[in-house]
Amino acid sequence: MNSRITSQSGTRGQAQQESLTGAEIVVRTLLDLGVDTMFGYCGGVVLPLFDKLFDAPIRFIVPRHEQGGCHMADAYARASGKVGVVVATSGPGACNLVTGLATAMMDSSQVVALTGQVRTELIGNDAFQEADTTGITRPITKYNCLVKDVKDLERTIREAFYIASTGRPGPVLVDLPVDVEVARYHMGEPATIDLPGYKVRTKGHSRQIAMAAQAINQSERPVLYVGGGVITSNTSEQLRALARKANIPVTMTLMGLGSFDQTDPLSLDMLGMHGAAYANYAVQECDLLIAVGARFDDRVTGKVATFAPHAKVIHIDIDPASISKSVRVDIPVVGDARCILEELLEQVEHRPRTAWFEKIAQWKQRYPFAYDRNSPYIKPQYVIEEIWRQTRGQAIVTTGVGQHQMWTAQFYKFRHPRQLITSGGLGTMGFGLPAAIGAQIARPDALVIDIDGDHSFNMTMTELATAVEHNLPIKVCIMNNGYMGMVRQWQELFYGKRYSKSYLANPDYANVARALGAVGLTCEKKEEVPKVIEEMLRQERPCVVDFKVDRHENVWPMVPAGKSLNEMNGLDILERLI
Amino acid sequence: MKHIINALVENKPGVLAHVAGMFAARGFNIDSLVVGRTEDPRFSRMTIVVIGDDRVLEQVRKQLAKIIPVVKVQDFSGQPVVTRDLMLITVAAPPEKRAELFAIIEVFRGHVVDIGPKSLTIEVSGPESKIEAFIDVCRPYGIKSLARTGTIAVPRQAGAEL
Repeated sequence: MNSRITSQSGTRGQAQQESLTGAEIVVRTLLDLGVDTMFGYCGGVVLPLFDKLFDAPIRFIVPRHEQGGCHMADAYARASGKVGVVVATSGPGACNLVTGLATAMMDSSQVVALTGQVRTELIGNDAFQEADTTGITRPITKYNCLVKDVKDLERTIREAFYIASTGRPGPVLVDLPVDVEVARYHMGEPATIDLPGYKVRTKGHSRQIAMAAQAINQSERPVLYVGGGVITSNTSEQLRALARKANIPVTMTLMGLGSFDQTDPLSLDMLGMHGAAYANYAVQECDLLIAVGARFDDRVTGKVATFAPHAKVIHIDIDPASISKSVRVDIPVVGDARCILEELLEQVEHRPRTAWFEKIAQWKQRYPFAYDRNSPYIKPQYVIEEIWRQTRGQAIVTTGVGQHQMWTAQFYKFRHPRQLITSGGLGTMGFGLPAAIGAQIARPDALVIDIDGDHSFNMTMTELATAVEHNLPIKVCIMNNGYMGMVRQWQELFYGKRYSKSYLANPDYANVARALGAVGLTCEKKEEVPKVIEEMLRQERPCVVDFKVDRHENVWPMVPAGKSLNEMNGLDILERLI
Repeated sequence: MKHIINALVENKPGVLAHVAGMFAARGFNIDSLVVGRTEDPRFSRMTIVVIGDDRVLEQVRKQLAKIIPVVKVQDFSGQPVVTRDLMLITVAAPPEKRAELFAIIEVFRGHVVDIGPKSLTIEVSGPESKIEAFIDVCRPYGIKSLARTGTIAVPRQAGAEL
């Protein structure tokens, strides 16, 4: 992507000295940047742009709501590693992008949003469908700007792609007044990026790397703690090589799942609030914590003051602002994870660390993720395990937010990067379905499954019509417990079982699916689960399965908010189950 | 503790809102913020006085640098700098008190920039402590209005205060 931003491709030749409208400049620049897929919704002030998109060689997906379009572009980016592009009109269109942009921002996803704006002379006059889009989206984008002059248009779009896709990626919004879309300008040589305040540091400081290597070689009980940055920077291979060569167990954040094969014996799976007990214990007892592309989020650290109390901390991250933000770091290394791990790899030595691995093996044996296999009800964990078994762990999985998301993280053992697409930072309910659509568009041959919750699905289920329109064979598995499950769990544990407003009457999802043109299935009996999943996987159309799961199942273990990682609830329950 | 941060920013719309919004969103305390053009019309300089410990200050610096139109961030804490505030202050000054006030203004190297029938408007510049002292001295006479710029600063070239 990067090299294409400044490079010139074949589409440019005939553009020499031609007078083009702003809308034509946008489309030609997008094509030159390699864009072949876009998501978006038309409206008054983007009509000139949509007119030029009418016959452009770009696959265009119209969501049923701009929020869905933004999540699709986000998931498209996460599944493909390319920039996801979303277009919306001014005012309500732009406002509807807000949740999607904030989701992309928190999870560092490379999205470029183009929004229409009212005519420049009307800006600030409370014109029809006017909103202060750049003002509204400033805190939830990596960068945004209003283009007031058609001369700046091409450069601004190139800058938007460059900023979105480099460094710590993130969403960038470009606001286009309708008069700029119709103004004419001669397009000459490709515009050069002019960003004096934006420097991307890729190579890590070699002295810091040497210090990190020395700390690794000296450590008795190291743990690699890796996040989404490993996936964004395509560093999985280097991570595996490092873990194997230096012999270090690896735990992942929710965003990091897939960066390290969870079927590898070195995997400690996910850590944090609903992470594996063995991962949390390992972090609390390690003498060296090597954080790579992770940001010490509160859901990971628990109580910061007692997080990894015996550890020296190495933090490898491209964002200097992430370093020592919440946890004091001893050896910071700023730069691209891939470059840094490659350098680190040459300097680390293999150590057996027998005692450490024995201890970990004991924890793994004593506290695995578990659920009641003898229950007469459909346990959501069982459904997820069965999906994993039947898909041989190879599906791209998207999720909503809540209990089903945590069970997915616990029971679907991810093996490849970009395999789990979930809203980690913002925790956006309703992300799963539009994300599945975006992922399926990006990876047409892949099996894409949205493991969703009933209430998460309710929020964006209108996008099922989008999946049907484009005949995308996505699968939606609703873990239907009739509750906002995670809210219900907190109310049970911390609010005296007062289930305040966490219950809604749900529709018959199979019927909803059929009404929208998709296949709808219902599974009410435990023994039918494998058969229903088989049937679902046979479908070549969008398919929704309503699994009526145990309504009172909880996610264990659980570190209550504000507690240390080793103060997990539910371990007694897990011990009784195995 | 107060720290003086200096940020060179691109002279573009929305930069001030971005910087101010970041401070508000992350709960940093701004004591004062001054923006003005520099020798290069493409850039403006922001001088921001922030209250916080070293840890807060480190985050302030990093979060500022992360804002794309922010080109350079310098922390002037712990290095010799020249700092100035500018104040315009209107003080009640009946004719019988004026001689007294003129003497005070003289001591503070201030200037009278406007005279009304019952008041004087005085311009005073200097480090913040001097401005505060001048306000204290004026208070008994009755302050009618007061406007201050906030601190601007540049690194000191000479070894000592001139």
